[in-house]
Amino acid sequence: MHKTRNFLFHFYMALFLIYLLVPLLVMGGAAFNDSKLPTVYPWRGFTDQWFIAMWNDKRIWVSFRNTLLVALAVVALAVPIGTAGAILINSISGRARSALYGLMVAPILIPGVVIGISTLLFWNNLSIGSGLHLSVLGQVSYIASFVMLLVLARLQSFDAGLEEAALDLGASHGQVMRRILLPHLYPAIGAGAAIAFFQSIENFNVTLFTRGNADTLTVYVFSKVRSGITPTINALALILISVTLLLAILYELNRRRKVRQERLLAAPAED
Amino acid sequence: MTELLRRYGTGLTATFLLLTAFWLLILLILPNLTMFESSFRPYLPVTEIGGPKDVYSLGNYAKILGNEVDLTVLGVAFPVPVRVKVFLLTIFYSVVVTIITFVLAYPLAFYLAKIVSPRSLPTLFLLLFVPLWVSEVLRSFAWFIILTLKGPLNAVLMSLGIIDTEIRWIAGFSPVIIGLVYTYVLFMVFPLYNAMQSLDSNQIEAAEDLGSPWWRTHWRVILPHSKPGIASGAVMVFMLSAGSLLVPSLLGSTTSGWFTQTIQGIMLESQDWNAGAAFAFMLLIACTLFVSLMMRVFGVKLSDIAK
Repeated sequence: MHKTRNFLFHFYMALFLIYLLVPLLVMGGAAFNDSKLPTVYPWRGFTDQWFIAMWNDKRIWVSFRNTLLVALAVVALAVPIGTAGAILINSISGRARSALYGLMVAPILIPGVVIGISTLLFWNNLSIGSGLHLSVLGQVSYIASFVMLLVLARLQSFDAGLEEAALDLGASHGQVMRRILLPHLYPAIGAGAAIAFFQSIENFNVTLFTRGNADTLTVYVFSKVRSGITPTINALALILISVTLLLAILYELNRRRKVRQERLLAAPAED
Repeated sequence: MTELLRRYGTGLTATFLLLTAFWLLILLILPNLTMFESSFRPYLPVTEIGGPKDVYSLGNYAKILGNEVDLTVLGVAFPVPVRVKVFLLTIFYSVVVTIITFVLAYPLAFYLAKIVSPRSLPTLFLLLFVPLWVSEVLRSFAWFIILTLKGPLNAVLMSLGIIDTEIRWIAGFSPVIIGLVYTYVLFMVFPLYNAMQSLDSNQIEAAEDLGSPWWRTHWRVILPHSKPGIASGAVMVFMLSAGSLLVPSLLGSTTSGWFTQTIQGIMLESQDWNAGAAFAFMLLIACTLFVSLMMRVFGVKLSDIAK
């Protein structure tokens, strides 16, 4: 009986992956279609003109640069803020802890539209006009929560006795931080930085309300898709998806290499 | 606090406190209070701000009223203001999206947690993560291409003989629902997987050995154990759907208004930031209510949801 069941489940998994991946293939394929509208059907022949058009589109490059700048600024702010928040939460307890925890998690559950509008209104009251600097601040307010959660999870496996020992042996607080706590947190901080970077690149809602007249890639693609659609966007999409896939494959290969190495290392120990 | 000082010293403690205060006060609490306060002020030209007309009122909230249209519920038509209708439909269809993603994600999460061999798990996760890394705007755009009248979906269906004439997919709320489900289904899969994975497989076997049919095992053993995952997934999918602006703007038509689009129109086209603040606040309240409802129904804490 489990055989039929397992077959159905394997089948469902395969269908689900097709469902997830085919739309991306369709979009990538449309980049090569010699048709003024972005589509794969009817197929009018192979062309590379949309890639050339994309290469020559100056606004894409400007918005690409803006996106990178915003993402780097978000990482630079959200990582220290989230880490500090996690360390703070970790060393208090009781009501204060749950109240602070609630506040720090809440931004994840606030719609981006609300974050965007509240950021815009607050800084505008202080006579600071809209622009990408506000987009950075708005994005940090919720992206820091992801960093906080990752670092807090990592702190659970930290042995506070190590700090004690170092302090007893005469280490300064700065040394304890640099040599003991931070090295333990690096994996979480690294993951937090990666998530912050990708979340920032993806962000649309917060950016739309705070950006002023500046474009980021997401906002530019959005305006392009809504107005005159050209397959240049498909060319851009294909490049972005390919980069993603490439990174994913590299990650997977690296993981397999590590697993093999660990097995090799573990093998003699068993003898 | 004494614990912090002892462990990290004055300098570091002060740094942690300052960074956290900057985050919570300057980036979070004060902006939201400003938005709340602005939502009660009238929209005035710059010269009249602070003048006699600048008094608190519910005027901005009243802007959701007016322009009555019919809302049909179970075949009965009620006259409601058009923006109220958009608001209610946004909530309703976000719930629909949440339910569809749950139905799609449940078997998948169970498969990943309990059936598939652990060795192929990392590869499967990698494949599942690929679309998540592709930007939302591109994923909606992909469905726009697929669903167009002369597009590939209609072509495939017609060549298979399933339909005779092209279907106009981009009409009403269905393309928005298709897009939202596609974009957010993974936010349901991963929390469900996390919850199911922590269930001891012996419990499932015990239920089977005692003669429980598969549906009862799911209903009495696996589903109750997955509660925190369901709550977490439902909260994320609902919040993201109700707050989505990209998907309804790209896949929607004139007959499928989403409340975020109303807010966008007021903020960026009418430039009436005070009414925008009031509407954004209403959306925030709706989402907060949904989160508390889920926490109550599934008996979970905020820390379970945020996992």
